[in-house]
Amino acid sequence: MADYKEIISAYQNLPGGLIEAYHAIQKEYSYIPEDAVVAAAQAFDISKARAYGVATFYSYLKVGKRGKNVIRICESAPCHVAGADKVVAALEKELGIKMGETTPDGKFTLEFTECVGQCQATPVITINSKPYGDVTAETITGILAGYK
Amino acid sequence: MAEEMRIVLRNYGKIDPLKIDDYINVGGYQSLAKARSISQAEVIDVVKSSGLRGRGGAGFNAGMKWSFSYGTPADQKYVVCNADEGEPGTYKDRIIMENDPHAVIEGMAICGYAIGATKGYIYCRGEYPYVVDILNEAIAQAKAKGVLGDFDVEVRMGAGAYVCGEETALLESIEGSRGEPRFKPPFPGVAGLWGKPTVVNNVETFANIAIILEKGADWFKGIGASNYPGTKVFTLTGDVVNKTVYELPTNASIRDVVFGMGGGVAGGKKFKAVQIGGTSGGFIPESMLDTPVDFDSMNAIGATLGSGAVFVMDETVDLVDVVERITKFFEHESCGKCTPCREGTKRMHEILKKINSGKGTTQDIALSERLGQVMTRACLCGLGQAAPSPVLTTLKNFRPDYNAKLG
Repeated sequence: MADYKEIISAYQNLPGGLIEAYHAIQKEYSYIPEDAVVAAAQAFDISKARAYGVATFYSYLKVGKRGKNVIRICESAPCHVAGADKVVAALEKELGIKMGETTPDGKFTLEFTECVGQCQATPVITINSKPYGDVTAETITGILAGYK
Repeated sequence: MAEEMRIVLRNYGKIDPLKIDDYINVGGYQSLAKARSISQAEVIDVVKSSGLRGRGGAGFNAGMKWSFSYGTPADQKYVVCNADEGEPGTYKDRIIMENDPHAVIEGMAICGYAIGATKGYIYCRGEYPYVVDILNEAIAQAKAKGVLGDFDVEVRMGAGAYVCGEETALLESIEGSRGEPRFKPPFPGVAGLWGKPTVVNNVETFANIAIILEKGADWFKGIGASNYPGTKVFTLTGDVVNKTVYELPTNASIRDVVFGMGGGVAGGKKFKAVQIGGTSGGFIPESMLDTPVDFDSMNAIGATLGSGAVFVMDETVDLVDVVERITKFFEHESCGKCTPCREGTKRMHEILKKINSGKGTTQDIALSERLGQVMTRACLCGLGQAAPSPVLTTLKNFRPDYNAKLG
C-alpha cells in the first residue's frame, strides 16, 4: 500500500489539488486516515481545521477507518420507491451488520448514499463505486460472493 | 407523438468513444477548426443567435454567458464543464460522456477560443470514476492528435456534494475548498475560478456547440420551441415502461415523454404523478401532461425542465412518503452556509416526517407552505430556493393525499 505522504506530495503543486489528493488516498485505503488529513494540511500549507473541513464536507470522502469493500445503497427518491428498504434489509441480514457498520473481519462497510446516476436500473447499490442495478434481496448473495 | 431527434446524442452507438479516429471520421473537430477560422466575436454570435440555453437547469442563453467572459480582459480565463450530475433521477451527462466524450471536449475548446481561454476543467462527480477514466483517455488522445492546439483540459472529481452542481460552489470545489456557493455578483463570467473570467456550462450544453457551428444558428433555432430551441435529453426512471434515455425536440409535451417515448406506466397501472427536472422539480398531475417541455412552459405551470430527469409514479405510490424522503435529501445536502436553507431544510423534513407518520395537522400543512415560500425567496443559492418545490407542488396538485394522512 502506497504511503499517504507520497500520494499527497504528488498533488501538492496542483492548484486546488487537495480534493484530488484525498480521492487518491481513499482509492488506496478505501478511506482517509486521520493522520493523512494532518499531513495534507502541512503539505498544502493550510490549517488542520481547513483540511479537515474540506475532507468532511464531501460525503463521498470518509475520514476514519472503514471496511475494504464499501457498499453504498442509494436512498434517493427513485430508488426509495423501487424498494431500497428491502435491499437494505437483505444486506444487513447477509452481512450481519447494520447500516453504517463494518463487519468484524473488516471486509465490508454498509453506507447510505444519495443518487449515483444509474436510475435506469433502480434500486441501485455500488461496491467500491462499481454500480449494480435492479438489485433485489435474491441477487444480493450472488453479488457479494465476488467480494468475499 | 413527437419523434426522437438525436443532436446531442448524434454519435450514440455509432462510434467507439475511446477511438478519436472514429469521432474524426464522422466530422469531429472540424467545427473547432471552423471556429478558429472566424473571429471570436463571430463564434459567440453564432452561439448567441442559435438561441441555445443552458441545459443544466437555469436556462441562460449560452452565447450571452460567453460574451461576458469575452468582454472581460484578463491574463487567464477558464472554461469549466459542469459534469457534477447529482440531481436524483438524472443520468444524461453520464450517457453523453460515456458515449461521445469528444463532443464535450470539442465544445469546450470552441468556447475556449471564443472567450480567449487556454485552460478548461471538467468537474465530474466522484460517483463516476469510470467516466473520469473515459474522459482522461479522450483528452490524452486529443492531445496526442494535436487537435486541441493550445487549449488544455483537465478532469477534476467532485466528491458527493449535490450543492457543487451550483456553479460557484463547483468553482470553490475545483479550488480545493468546501463547496459552498459564493455571493453573486460578481458572476463567474467576470470573476470565477481563481477570480478569473470563467464560463461554466453543463455537459449537454457543450455537446450542442460543435453541431451548431457546423450547421448554423438558423438550423438550430428552427428545432423545437422557439424560446428554448433544440432538443433536450431526458432520462426516465420510476414506474415507467422504458427506463432509458431519450432526446426529443423541446416542443414535445410531457405526455410525449412519459407515454410516447416512455411507453406509459409500467405493469398496467394508472398514472399518478411525474416529477421532472430532478428531485427539486415540481410534481405534475395528469391534467397538466399536455404542457410543452420547454423551459418557459414548464415554469408557467410551477414546474421545471431542470436536468431533464423524468420520475414517473404510479397510482400505488405514496406521494407524501416520497416527498418526506426528498425533504430528507435536502436536509442532508444543504451546505449550511445560509440560514434559510440550513434551518429551513431541517424543519421542512421534520414537518413532513410528522405528516407522513399520521400525526400532522392542518396547521403543519400551513406551516410547510409558509416555510417553503420563505425559502424560495430567501435562500442564497438554487439549492435552497428549489428545495421546497416538491412540497409546494404536491400541496397544490395533490392536496387530498396530505389530507388523508392528517391525524
